[in-house]
Amino acid sequence: MRNNVDLIPTPSQTVGPFFHLGCTETHSVSCLAGPDAKGERLRLACRIFDGEGLPIPDAMIEIWQADSEGRYNHPADPRAKDCDPHCSGYGRLATDRDGSCTFETIRPGRVPAGDGALQAPHLNISVFARGVLKRLATRMYFAGDPANNACPSFALVPEARRETLMAHPDPDTAGNWQFEIHLSGANETVFFDV
Amino acid sequence: MSKVVPYKRHAASGDATSLYPPYRATVLRAPRQPLILLPHTLSEVTGPVYGHNDISDADRDLTRQHAGEPLGERIIVAGRVLDDGGRPVPHSLVEVWQANAAGRYFHQKDDHHAPLDPNFTGAGRVLTDENGRYEFVTVKPGAYPWRNHDNAWRPAHIHFSLFGPAFATRLVTQMYFPGDPLFPHDPIFQSIPDERARQRLISQFDLELTKPEWALGYRFDIVLRGREATPFEK
Repeated sequence: MRNNVDLIPTPSQTVGPFFHLGCTETHSVSCLAGPDAKGERLRLACRIFDGEGLPIPDAMIEIWQADSEGRYNHPADPRAKDCDPHCSGYGRLATDRDGSCTFETIRPGRVPAGDGALQAPHLNISVFARGVLKRLATRMYFAGDPANNACPSFALVPEARRETLMAHPDPDTAGNWQFEIHLSGANETVFFDV
Repeated sequence: MSKVVPYKRHAASGDATSLYPPYRATVLRAPRQPLILLPHTLSEVTGPVYGHNDISDADRDLTRQHAGEPLGERIIVAGRVLDDGGRPVPHSLVEVWQANAAGRYFHQKDDHHAPLDPNFTGAGRVLTDENGRYEFVTVKPGAYPWRNHDNAWRPAHIHFSLFGPAFATRLVTQMYFPGDPLFPHDPIFQSIPDERARQRLISQFDLELTKPEWALGYRFDIVLRGREATPFEK
């Protein structure tokens, strides 16, 4: 059936400074993959900064990711029935005074791009904050992953700005990764029109 | 591998650009580089199925979360969550939060000199039904001052957070009340350039939803992005 209705979508408004009340105070999600989930375990520290390089203490970060085989726990993924039941793939946290929040998860597998190619392992990230009128969407990739250079989505990003999408391993603690998000300024993170 | 059916892109969706200097906080928090257009893959057309297992009756009635009833004008807020083709978005989480009737949030960072209400937290959540319908009971929030500019006041509003079916449909927005005199003075409301899109954010008083001797009803329908027609549909 062809549907000819075309309604104007409801526009976005800022999440404001008090979102904790409805979103993260009693309904934050720090663990995207339980202890029984397959795959390489990660402790991912995200830190977010404003245009002057100051940490943002009132942001909310959401993550959506695939399981260790690159499958999404969602009906639009034809492989969803085989998805790792211990990997929900969803997390959200408010940042603390240092602009940081830390998620427990696993390294996702490669997700098909649609044309037969495979994307590099990545996390889909939404940023909400006071002063952010519309959700900012970005992706996090893993520094040093040989799949990065063959990823058709990553290839859309100008080479000079690709580094802004990289998480880096903590040299002191195996399994710890760090990802910085800069909303503006010299190191502005790449944000996507999804 | 079946082909991914993308979500529609609304060129004139009426969303604000990130940078809107009259809303001062955007100046240091808005990206200056253009967004990079990302053709949809499974990453964008899937999304979390979240919040389905832990919703209680008190979550949809913000006036019954404490020992006593909150002060203020009791209201019913109800509507449908639809996609842009007018199809219902069923079984999807709707989260709300708001100030109390005096315009004060139950939040440590709110220092407005208005009373807290021990019987009102101001947070709720509900799932849409199979027809995309949702309903809350709450009290009408008060307007409150903020320090964006001289004598700045936010129009009364309720914050809404919706997931919809995919990463691409995630939406956080605010619901306003009809006829609010603060609309022309509020840079957050005014940040949306398209008048028709702004009107989407204003709820409608609804006498049919209003319950005699009990509460006024406000209807607020929310439209999320829908998918492109599949090749089969064309």
